[in-house]
Amino acid sequence: MSDVYVMGVDMIKFGRFPDRSVPNIGAEAALMALDDAGLGIQDMQALYCGNLGQANAMVGQRILQEIGQTGMPVVNVANACATGATAFREAWMSIKAGMYDVVLAVGVEQMGKGLLGGAGGGDGIPKEGLLGSGTMPCVFAEAGMEHAKEYGTTFEQFAKISVKNHHHSTMNPKAMYQIETPLDEVMNAEMISYPNTKLMCSVNVDGSAAAVLVSEKKAKELGMSRAVKVRASAMASDPYTDRDLVMPDVNACTRLAAKDAYEQAGIGPEDVNLVELHDCFATAEMLHYENLGLCNDGEAGRMIDEGHVELGGKVPVNVSGGLLSKGHPLGATGIANIYEVCTHLRGEAGKRQVEGAKIGMTHVIGLGTACGIHILEKTN
Amino acid sequence: MSESKPLPVVDFLKIPEDGDPYLEGYRCKKCGSIYLGERNVCSKCFARDEMEVIKLSETGILHSYAIVFRSFPGIDVPYISAIVDLDGGGTIKGNLINIEPDPDKIEFNMPVKITYGDALGRKDKDGNSYLSYFFEPA
Repeated sequence: MSDVYVMGVDMIKFGRFPDRSVPNIGAEAALMALDDAGLGIQDMQALYCGNLGQANAMVGQRILQEIGQTGMPVVNVANACATGATAFREAWMSIKAGMYDVVLAVGVEQMGKGLLGGAGGGDGIPKEGLLGSGTMPCVFAEAGMEHAKEYGTTFEQFAKISVKNHHHSTMNPKAMYQIETPLDEVMNAEMISYPNTKLMCSVNVDGSAAAVLVSEKKAKELGMSRAVKVRASAMASDPYTDRDLVMPDVNACTRLAAKDAYEQAGIGPEDVNLVELHDCFATAEMLHYENLGLCNDGEAGRMIDEGHVELGGKVPVNVSGGLLSKGHPLGATGIANIYEVCTHLRGEAGKRQVEGAKIGMTHVIGLGTACGIHILEKTN
Repeated sequence: MSESKPLPVVDFLKIPEDGDPYLEGYRCKKCGSIYLGERNVCSKCFARDEMEVIKLSETGILHSYAIVFRSFPGIDVPYISAIVDLDGGGTIKGNLINIEPDPDKIEFNMPVKITYGDALGRKDKDGNSYLSYFFEPA
């Protein structure tokens, strides 16, 4: 099987674009990724498009209607917050399978403002606030409190994650926000679901990201200088756990995918120089330090206290600003993370560059549950 | 004027004609896993047609929780969204009531019991009232 390389990758600056259409937002990133690869839409053999909000509305084909209708096969995917990573992985798999040499993956989302989730469905009466809460800040607060119960993790430690990611985003011109948020500001912000304050919740934004993936043969033909090798592409669904009827399990699923990814790449967590992980809430990031093996179980609080996950630390996490400050356009997030890691591996990340980065990891979790993990490597 | 009988807020809350309400579970006879709501296949051990209907326990311990300060419009806050491990198996989620929504007052693993009551006055479009379950400190 051929190795797979990212030859072009880019994202738009995340923001709010209520006057644009979903395909229009996606088309912009698609063209940027094509330009980055030095290729045109006529060179693409297939398109894998990730979008959640219009999952039944042929977003991929409508993107091509804006940038070039070549007749190539288009697959539209939806997989909750793992949607973008799933589109990327389908593209990767098509090259692995030997079907294609050059394919395009796009992730795009247009979000409203406000709370996501909610136990409101079904017949009868609304269940929200009656049988607990299905809002996302609450669901992830409950997951974080499980960690607090086990290891004594504190509100302040969770809050420090948000301080870190907001700090990182001040160096990322493509992030939604570039604003420092000191600890007291994070902790005193409006409490949404204890222990997640408003500044510990990801930002709903519109955005898109895209990648051109190629076979090794094609990469050599185009020139390897900025190519990034995909060392692993792993995906898992939630295995059975005793509480998962009422408590979506983001841990077991991530651990399964991480194990697979490390095995595929033939490396361990100690070999990873930077990680973009799914900080949909500050409480979630804490869990994934352990789930991804960046530290032992019970040491996540120390990872943030001792600065190991900051830019300049042992394994910087979410130097892009993360979902907390860069923003979280659901379907785009899984490719935007890949853009971030590739930018570091190419040495093009400017002020937030992780010096000497050779291997990076991306991770997303979509509740329901889907986990997508990619390991990427610098080629020269 | 006769009041019509309240409806159950979820399918797994049973209201017998004569007797007290209770929560119903499905237990896999092969591996003992407990589910809320009817199912035929066990998602843990994959056994088919091995489910038995059981009455869930009305006591348990607080596994995890969050205190909700912002919810959807029209939902009263704050409230405690609680995950409770029932004695004898099964985990359910609901509102923890009769305790202050303050992390200093709430203890992990504290014993709780299930109580039943009107669903906070919520009615469906046909005007039916509902019976819900709640947790409170035991």
